[in-house]
Amino acid sequence: MPATPAPPESPQESPGEAAPLLTMRNVSKSFLGVRVLHDVGLDLVAGEVHALVGENGAGKSTLMKVLAGEHVPDSGTIELDGTAHAFTHPKQAQAAGIGIIHQEFALLEHRTVAENVFLGREPTRYGMVDRRAMERRTGQLLAELGETGISPRTYVRELSVARRQTVEIVKALASDVRVLVMDEPTAPLADHEARLLHDLVRRLADRGLGILYISHRLREVFELSGRITVLKDGRHITTVATAATDTDAIVRAMVGRDLSAYYPPRATADQGGEIALALRGGRNRRLKGIDLDLRAGEITGIAGLQGSGRTSLARALFGAAPFSEGEMTVGGRKLRPRSPREAIRAGIALVTEDRKGEGLALRQSVRDNALLVTRAVPGQQRATAARALADLLERVRLQARGGPDQQVQFLSGGNQQKVVIAKWLAAAPKVLLFDEPTRGVDVGAKAAIHTLVRDLAKEGLAVLIISSELPELIGMSDRILVMSDGHLAGELPAGASEEDIMRLATGPAVEGSDAA
Amino acid sequence: MTPTALAPPVRATEPVRRRSKLTDPAVGVWLAAAVVIVLGWLIVTIDGGSFFARANLTTILSNCVALGLVAVGQSAVILTGSLDLSVAYLISLGTLVAAETMQDGSVITGILAVLALSVAVGLANGLIVTGLKVNAFIATLGTAFILRGYIEDNYTGPAGQVPASFRHLGYDRIGPIPVSIFLLAAVAAAAWFLTKRTRLGHHMYATGGDEHAARLSGVRTRRTVIIAHIICSLCVGAAALFLASRLGAGAPWAGTEARYDLESIAAVVLGGTALAGGRGGVAGTLGGVLILAVLDSVFNQLSVDPFFKNVVRGVVIIAAVALYARRGRRSA
Repeated sequence: MPATPAPPESPQESPGEAAPLLTMRNVSKSFLGVRVLHDVGLDLVAGEVHALVGENGAGKSTLMKVLAGEHVPDSGTIELDGTAHAFTHPKQAQAAGIGIIHQEFALLEHRTVAENVFLGREPTRYGMVDRRAMERRTGQLLAELGETGISPRTYVRELSVARRQTVEIVKALASDVRVLVMDEPTAPLADHEARLLHDLVRRLADRGLGILYISHRLREVFELSGRITVLKDGRHITTVATAATDTDAIVRAMVGRDLSAYYPPRATADQGGEIALALRGGRNRRLKGIDLDLRAGEITGIAGLQGSGRTSLARALFGAAPFSEGEMTVGGRKLRPRSPREAIRAGIALVTEDRKGEGLALRQSVRDNALLVTRAVPGQQRATAARALADLLERVRLQARGGPDQQVQFLSGGNQQKVVIAKWLAAAPKVLLFDEPTRGVDVGAKAAIHTLVRDLAKEGLAVLIISSELPELIGMSDRILVMSDGHLAGELPAGASEEDIMRLATGPAVEGSDAA
Repeated sequence: MTPTALAPPVRATEPVRRRSKLTDPAVGVWLAAAVVIVLGWLIVTIDGGSFFARANLTTILSNCVALGLVAVGQSAVILTGSLDLSVAYLISLGTLVAAETMQDGSVITGILAVLALSVAVGLANGLIVTGLKVNAFIATLGTAFILRGYIEDNYTGPAGQVPASFRHLGYDRIGPIPVSIFLLAAVAAAAWFLTKRTRLGHHMYATGGDEHAARLSGVRTRRTVIIAHIICSLCVGAAALFLASRLGAGAPWAGTEARYDLESIAAVVLGGTALAGGRGGVAGTLGGVLILAVLDSVFNQLSVDPFFKNVVRGVVIIAAVALYARRGRRSA
């Protein structure tokens, strides 16, 4: 184990002159006999952004849930301002001043912003919920955060993901939190939204909040945090001052090895094969005159801000939200899919951005998930696919302790994503569309997925990747198309800079683009 | 602060407000109820009947009362993300308890006995759903069977008798308006106030909307579900008292013959409350009850074949839910 500057048992000696606001000591937790946290310790100083990193399954989420009162630890102590707490219900943690922004938002879509912000502690007047006070206070908090685009009376379902997150933060602030835990807050955000969030986090820290920031994106960890704590396999590995370390050291601590090559080598220039999918003038409600060629063996990256139509494009190609106009050719055959089924039969596959909601049947086994497509769509060799299951799982390098019978919900994010990919490979597609292929996937698994995607392209598949993470997009793509406001704003060669991409993505919409 | 590249901000309060009013199912249901009344009036008039005759209005309104009371209660549990299939047998048992207690004691003890029974059944339902974590559908179906077993074991026909003084509730009217409608109005108003204006109500919507999110926000979701079940059973108890007053005695078939279990769920859904919970409300439910009662009355006046009557009701319910589904998809 690497040297540990601040042993978990004595967190007070860690950097930071002030007495810690929060101290967790020797926290252990087991589920069904499996120990997921081993004597983990952590401390947090007021005004500090403390980053918590580690691969999926390292225990970050469990540690956070213990802090939030969602899980009761088997042993260990939590001290807030010197007072020991033993939370058994989220409400107690909340009352003590701990706020959590979960990765999956805890918002009610069909309630207003104000109702969500004050959920569980609605102010009352004469026994009645004081709606006006609720809305006034919510408006104030929103204004303090500089968010003027949200009305307290708006229904949450009408808000974008970035705004929903702001509502989550306001919700935490409304209960006078002193410690704010953020679990991968930028995962669902596009780059510029993430930057806005970073500003917000800094401002919150300046106000004296202690912020525990969980993230897979090391770049933002280094931009934001004062200290970094690394967890691995449920153990505390190290806590270091951010200024005193670098990315490589943190990655080493996280995965226990060097990840020298982040991205697999690109295809050589002459590798682009014949056109597997061609689209001319594709349009629908969200898309305006898209011309697109996907070549066998090539990885085409799609960049763009949230709402620029990236996902709509993938869903249209896949027939999930079809084009209303335009000509599409798949494998030399004219076909504009009107349903996913048609697209699948034509050899198109889509790995969606919502792995848990759209990609997997969480309570079914690896086997059932991997064979879902071949079972659903005739014309594939069902029996062969079932027999080839072992090979298939080997091909995606799935690591499932329970083998093909393991329920998918118990796999890590990375392995879940591999099951989704296996599901599509079983159907032997020609065109593979990826929407945020590594969202919520840890560093090690990310590299594995990147290699896998590159290998698939080498095998002659046409690959399209949508990603909000520009380094990933740049590292993986043989060429990059940038979308803006529902149309293609431009094409960039492999290795384009982030600045070039952002310029096209944020540039003003081109009036009267040449598409008919 | 907000860069132009973000999705256009949902600006000022006003347009949002207005749109949400229009898409509010409760408003739609009452509009639909008005349309059904006008259509019913036209059809009955063309047929030579008189829709707005006092006797007919009285029938429609008093038909609303029993179903209305049950449906208001059902709304409370459905909003909270649960369901109650035991209401029909609770009504039957309620009428029997009311009539037998009132025969031997006073009206007051009868009322208290029924309400106590209601609280007990509601509490049992709530505890089974939250404590034993049995799906509400199965849990309340189980309670229904238990009540049914008890009733069938102990009663073969009507039993007990309510005093004449208690029968005023069922039969008195002011002009064309039965006094029992005030009972419904009071219960519905209380339920509306509770769901829309109190913290409990907010927590009911939250629990039904997303139980996990509600719990993480500090809502005591189990307690909320249990209370919703008790509220539901109390409304059902009120319906049982009304029916006992109408019938003059307790009857084992009082709740089951009119299928208050499924009817009440139909009225709730017709009223725009999502069966999954978290959306809708008591106001819409009353509209749904009114639509069903008016349809009933129109068919009776036209002396339509009861089988055909059910076909039409089925079509109306399916059409309404299909409409909500469409609207929900668009707003999503």
